[in-house]
Amino acid sequence: MIEFHLDSRSGVSPYLQIVHQVRHALRLGLLREGDQLPTVKDVVARLAINPNTVLKAYRELEHTGLVAARPGVGTFVTGSSLADPALAAHGPLRRELRGWIVKARRAGLDEESIEALFRDAVRSARIEGVA
Amino acid sequence: MTAALATRGLGKRYGRRWALSGCTLEVPAGHVAGLVGPNGAGKTTLLQLAVGLIEPSAGSIAVLGEEVAATPAQLARVGFVAQDTPLYPSLSVADHLRLGAALNPSWDQALAEARIARLGLDRAQRAGTLSGGQCAQLALTLAIAKRPELLVLDEPVASLDPLARREFLQALMEFTAEHTVSVLLSSHLVADLERVCDYLILLAEGHVQLSGEVDELLASHRRLSGPRRDISRLPSSQQVIEETHTDRQSTLLIRTEEPIIDPAWMVEEVSLEDIVLAHMGRDWTHEPDAVPRVGR
Repeated sequence: MIEFHLDSRSGVSPYLQIVHQVRHALRLGLLREGDQLPTVKDVVARLAINPNTVLKAYRELEHTGLVAARPGVGTFVTGSSLADPALAAHGPLRRELRGWIVKARRAGLDEESIEALFRDAVRSARIEGVA
Repeated sequence: MTAALATRGLGKRYGRRWALSGCTLEVPAGHVAGLVGPNGAGKTTLLQLAVGLIEPSAGSIAVLGEEVAATPAQLARVGFVAQDTPLYPSLSVADHLRLGAALNPSWDQALAEARIARLGLDRAQRAGTLSGGQCAQLALTLAIAKRPELLVLDEPVASLDPLARREFLQALMEFTAEHTVSVLLSSHLVADLERVCDYLILLAEGHVQLSGEVDELLASHRRLSGPRRDISRLPSSQQVIEETHTDRQSTLLIRTEEPIIDPAWMVEEVSLEDIVLAHMGRDWTHEPDAVPRVGR
């Protein structure tokens, strides 16, 4: 059984923090197939949060197939793997990004400027996606 | 589904002063609804109207689909913990439970006993000698052992230290997770309620300034910052709640249901506290749909 904790300063909503913690525990092998997640009652009694917050997190995890609810019993980890198929693509992308960062440094940008430029590029790409 | 609380044009006047006016609300059942607002905003007045301790001067109010305190059966459906969790100082913990059992037809003795045992309260101890946190927990026990369909709490954690506050909210949330119940609780601090509420009502100066599901409020409010802008030229779907300008920059807190596509803006999510503060600071006299100010 795992235990959830909340960081009130992170700015991440409590429901997403729970989702992330389950995914994290699955990646690290702290949770395996057949393991039960804490009951909604246990989570709210520990964290003093609204029961719907926990239900929402569990529903989202269920929706992605990572857990399954057995009515009246609890919520259990399914066998589905969290191995991200896109993970294989990380290596080459990381190398390209590194090359880009080296170029940016040579052009005289400091770390803060590089981060600002990166964030801005991600943002404008997203806006193009929306528009 | 019947609303836990429904009001229409509800108002309460004390002498020449309106403590609450033009209050129209509908809080769906099954929520933990937070009633926030500065001191003197009318929170206690609204809660006392909801439990039938006082009668409206104007408008109407229905609780769980029925007229407030119309019958003993309606009274039994609502639990109330008043401000500062009043108990009988000279009565023992056990006396309080006996009183609860004698006065409430739907009394759940097993639930009350289990909670007293878990809290580690001495049944023979007089309520007057309990700590603030213990008093609050005993008052909560009495209110929930009544097995209400709506639980109303007026500033339940205001006078508690941080640990007792957390323990109180843990107990309250545990109860809501186990039983089908609607909760309406007030606080002058949003931070106290941020995690426990999924519905929010903001009262200020006797008026409802904002109400809705917390998720929807969070999803529809954004902070925009960018080059200085004339706000009259924003898309009509964007309602400006708060604005500050320097000679070069504009920072806005807006409410909108549409995505923000203007690339000049830097868009950020805002916390519930930011939303509440922005709405509280708003000048309502310039709103076309502003509620008329009564009794000022």
